Amino acid sequence: MSVDTQLPPSDDDLLDRQIDAGRMQAAGQWVLIWHKFRKHKLALVSLFVVGLIYLVALFAEFLAPADPGKFDPRYTFAPPQSIGLFADDRQGGQSFQPHVTGYKITLDVKSFRRVFVPDPDVIVPIGFFVQGQPYKMWGLFPSNLHFIGPLDQSQPFFLIGADRLGRDLLSRTIHGTRISMSIGLVGVGLSLLIGMTLGGISGYYGGMVDRAIQRVIEFIRSVPTIPLWLGLAAAMPKDWPPLQIYFAILIILSLIGWTEIARVVRGRFLSLRSDDFVIAARLDGVSEFRLIMRHMMPSLYSHIIAAITLAIPNMILAESSLSFLGLGLQPPIVSWGVLLQDTQNLRAITQAPWLFVPGICIVIAVLSLNFLGDGVRDAADPYAK
Amino acid sequence: MTEIQAPILKVRNLTVDFPIHKQVVHAVKDFSFELNRGETLCVVGESGSGKSVTARAILQLVAAPGEITNGQILLSTETGETDIVALGNRGEAIRKIRGRRIAMIFQEPMTSLSPVHTIGHQIIEAIRLHETISKEDARKRAAALLDRVRIPNPDAALDRYSFEFSGGMRQRAMIAMALSCNPEILIADEPTTALDVTTQAEILSLIRELQRDRGMAVLFITHDMGVVAQIADRVMVMFRGEKVEEAGVFDLFENPQQPYTRALLGSVLKLETPGPRPTRPVSEQPIAQIKDLSLHFPLNLGILGKPAAYLKAIDGVSFTINQGETVGVVGESGSGKTTLGRTLLRVYNPTAGQVNYWQGDGSEVDIANLSRRQMKSLYGEVRMIFQDPHSSLNPRMTIYQIISEPLRTNTDMSERQMLNRVEDLLTRVGLPADIGDRYPHAFSGGQRQRISIARAIAVRPRLIIADEPTSALDVSLRHQVLDLMRDLQSEFGLSYLFISHDISVIRYFCDRVVVMKNGKIVEIGDVAQICENPQHDYTKTLISAVPRPNPRLRADAPA
Amino acid sequence: MLIYILKRMLGMIPAMIAISILAFTVIQLPPGDYVSTYAAQLAQSGETVDSDMLNSLRDRYGLGENVVVQYFKWIGGVVQGDFGQSFEWNQPVTELVWGRMAMTALISFVTLIVMWSFSLPIGVYSAVRQYSAVDYIATAFAFLAMATPNFLLAILLLYVSTMWFGVSVGGLFSPEFVNAGFSLAKVWDFITHAWIPVFVLGTAGTASLIRIMRANLLDELHKPYVEAARSKGMPETRLILTYPVRVALNPFISTVGWVLPALISGELIVSTVLNLPTAGPLLLQALKSQDMYLAGAFILLNGGLVLIGTLISDILLAISDPRIRLS
Repeated sequence: MSVDTQLPPSDDDLLDRQIDAGRMQAAGQWVLIWHKFRKHKLALVSLFVVGLIYLVALFAEFLAPADPGKFDPRYTFAPPQSIGLFADDRQGGQSFQPHVTGYKITLDVKSFRRVFVPDPDVIVPIGFFVQGQPYKMWGLFPSNLHFIGPLDQSQPFFLIGADRLGRDLLSRTIHGTRISMSIGLVGVGLSLLIGMTLGGISGYYGGMVDRAIQRVIEFIRSVPTIPLWLGLAAAMPKDWPPLQIYFAILIILSLIGWTEIARVVRGRFLSLRSDDFVIAARLDGVSEFRLIMRHMMPSLYSHIIAAITLAIPNMILAESSLSFLGLGLQPPIVSWGVLLQDTQNLRAITQAPWLFVPGICIVIAVLSLNFLGDGVRDAADPYAK
Repeated sequence: MTEIQAPILKVRNLTVDFPIHKQVVHAVKDFSFELNRGETLCVVGESGSGKSVTARAILQLVAAPGEITNGQILLSTETGETDIVALGNRGEAIRKIRGRRIAMIFQEPMTSLSPVHTIGHQIIEAIRLHETISKEDARKRAAALLDRVRIPNPDAALDRYSFEFSGGMRQRAMIAMALSCNPEILIADEPTTALDVTTQAEILSLIRELQRDRGMAVLFITHDMGVVAQIADRVMVMFRGEKVEEAGVFDLFENPQQPYTRALLGSVLKLETPGPRPTRPVSEQPIAQIKDLSLHFPLNLGILGKPAAYLKAIDGVSFTINQGETVGVVGESGSGKTTLGRTLLRVYNPTAGQVNYWQGDGSEVDIANLSRRQMKSLYGEVRMIFQDPHSSLNPRMTIYQIISEPLRTNTDMSERQMLNRVEDLLTRVGLPADIGDRYPHAFSGGQRQRISIARAIAVRPRLIIADEPTSALDVSLRHQVLDLMRDLQSEFGLSYLFISHDISVIRYFCDRVVVMKNGKIVEIGDVAQICENPQHDYTKTLISAVPRPNPRLRADAPA
Repeated sequence: MLIYILKRMLGMIPAMIAISILAFTVIQLPPGDYVSTYAAQLAQSGETVDSDMLNSLRDRYGLGENVVVQYFKWIGGVVQGDFGQSFEWNQPVTELVWGRMAMTALISFVTLIVMWSFSLPIGVYSAVRQYSAVDYIATAFAFLAMATPNFLLAILLLYVSTMWFGVSVGGLFSPEFVNAGFSLAKVWDFITHAWIPVFVLGTAGTASLIRIMRANLLDELHKPYVEAARSKGMPETRLILTYPVRVALNPFISTVGWVLPALISGELIVSTVLNLPTAGPLLLQALKSQDMYLAGAFILLNGGLVLIGTLISDILLAISDPRIRLS
């Protein structure tokens, strides 16, 4: 029915006309998606931020100035130090010497607290790519190179302060990034596996199977998740090694987190199944396997990417809630949620408000993943009119 | 029949712009016309001509980012003239005109009424917006209006919701609402496009009748020349936002002045006569014989999963397609014609009946009872062309990938051979051979339909099921696609099962016609017999309801 | 309509059974059985262990028999109002749960109402005046609120009130009202305390509801029926409230289905941080100390609360949407 509606020619039509015809006409879906995505400035910035966060997670050992477990009771709740670039040299003049200021430590007799006062006379020289505590990169390659650190190992270096045991919060947060972000990624990977399989079966076959799977999804979505997660997490033997707990938490989170992905996959499959171009392919005599892989899946990829991008922040939030409550990851593993356990103590945070830093990390990570996911979702179907 | 009167509405140099992508699209450009009291002025044009935008501009309903950037819309009043453009799109002044002096009905009766309010609520509200009148009196008037538009049982209908009515009934309710304050002008924006042809005829005659009764001026927007011929006093032809031609309806049809109008009428009139027949004669040998084919969908699964009722989408259908023949299937929406086409290729599995098909090698198979594996050998011979050229091509595959897909599964050609074959096919359907690496989004509707046809004839086609292949195309493109299909028929000796709701396309293209209603066949016959001398009552109604693009044929035409 | 409600209630039965199985699974998960744990605990605290009593307990819960029998023994008790024994508190679970659950239900309900009464007008305004200052502020707030875990928000609030106002904001009642009977003063005391958990709990949900209302309404604003109503000459504000908002309200009502579970999840964490006398902290403690009958009872009742909430929203939806009521 050739009827003009009130709508002006769609963006895409104009896009086609504007852009060099030859290039866009031969442009596949990813080019078009990227084109549409690029217009979403906030999503573009978020892509950059997310990329950065994952880089931090990847090179945590190198980026962290110290070992996350290294403690020094002398520096309990030591406040953040500020970086200075020039210092008095021996000649009495100023010279270029990146440094942080040392502390003057006094003991408040009334409250039995250490009181830290920056001491401008004590400077701790710092540098980039310094030799520091040895570590094994990704548990494989031994090294002792750190991106930033004090030239003298024994000197205090706390850019964003120290915790109750005098551990460097920056190093702990950087290592927490790896755990928190990887929980998100791997957990979503697991959810994807379950979600794709069940959602795909549900949407492709329809009928009784679909109805049964739909009931299960509806049910899981109606259960308050945190109590259930806690119930499952509480059943974990307390004496499990940290790595085993890590994977157990992963499984618990993704057991419940797959429903959204299944819903997206099922919805797309269901609508694709009756799309003319899929029926056309079937009438070309295409095999069932090829029909799914070649004709249906390409329409799904971008939607799946959007769904998983939006699922990662939920995983991160869930992990941090669980760990915060003490039923998730256990020390010595550090995640943002584990670090935030320290904030439960009101006295601690009044004395050391920098303990909130991992919380800020959560907010930034979740925020940018949400923007990114929204951007991908909006760009996911560049052919929609 | 039209007394020349002072115009009630004068549009002067109207321009409506849509700023998009730092560009400005002129949806309507410097457009002027006058609408006289008591006349029906049709605005006709193809998609994108700006006719709907013009209609909306008159009520200040142009949606953002569209904007009236120039011109006047002068509505005559007792004291002189009001410029609607100057009133802006908000405020009391424009609201007093909307609904009260100028009312509008829309294209989509399904969505133009609120789904969560009763019909009565919406009509009574329209009355009470403009008149101080008690709820009871307004209700009485609303019931009278529903009665006037021939909605049965009007008082009860007031308390019902729009989704409880059929499309035709909803459009009647919409008309009743538009008429509730006795407007002097009625703007009708494609009010029958979404309706079946028999419903369209009823609505058209209702609008005409109400216009006579009330002496309203009607501005009627349509893309259908047949509708124009049936209803217009005067006609304006629009193309890309500009007026091409304006004339009385008889003048326009009998003596069009502008080339565009002539081309438009030419494509319409071409479809009014049977087209050239293919060069190969129809043989007496059947290629497919459908026997008692039925497809029943279970409805409302009751307790224990036993269906309480069945939807009989196809109900005992029998007919034969001979080799080289084109059999048309015509019917209104819900007649089961599309389902029939798809069932023949087992997109849906029939619940009963047989589809005997004679293969290229002479063997006979019953498609209705073939296994999946056995079906595979048929997919190269029996092909399908779809209605919507936008959804039938995978947007994520290149033209080469799309057309080569049947070759890949039905032949053992090498990549090189397929590449050559696809180039040949593209040339054959009238497209450049070098477009294989492009994606469907680079092509217009007509070009996409050609690509669909290339895919259909890729292997060794013998029978093609064409499901409304021209319905989504502008009228000027339809006969081109049909002519291409006919040429291919001559070349390959194809047989067609041609499904359409449009009797003129059927007449142009088919040898025999099957008329379907509610899943059953009501009449089968030669195309000439069905069109000129239908036997069954339903066929008669269907044929007579089709608006013919000839104003002399209408009931009130002057001798 | 009545048939619709009955159908819905029938539909709840399998869900209820599923939740009970889930709760029972959680009870069963920890290694060892309840009675042995109880006996070990008694022995530890130096009390004499009465083996007759232990045997009768074993019999009561069907321990040692197969899981199905245990389930039916447990659920049979639940139906009669017996949720089993809390070994940590050494009293029947029933006595512990109801008061706490009532508080949870109260807080959840109040939060739900508050969330709706904020998100509805803001969402509507945001959609109608898309890209206005208010829309940008609402959108920015929404994204920020959705990204902030509510335990973090609760702690921040604690921190701010302690640092800046020198008062601690935990609990639901001032000490003098905790055991007082019902009075207007007690209600007022409740309100002065409850706004904090309601604020913390409701923020993220309000944010997503604003987004949902905005998106729903944006979809509806350009539907033909809106244009048709405008062509009748309706004033714009009345038009938007009568038609598109009314239609967009329907999917909004059905958000209860996931908002309520999220609220109950959040309530657990927030109550723990703010130390409220609701189900949350007790459930957490029960889980940590593997006091499984108590934990199971809470999980079961939480599920029941969600089901009841969903039923109410279904009924509201049927009242609001004739398409559901009449089909």
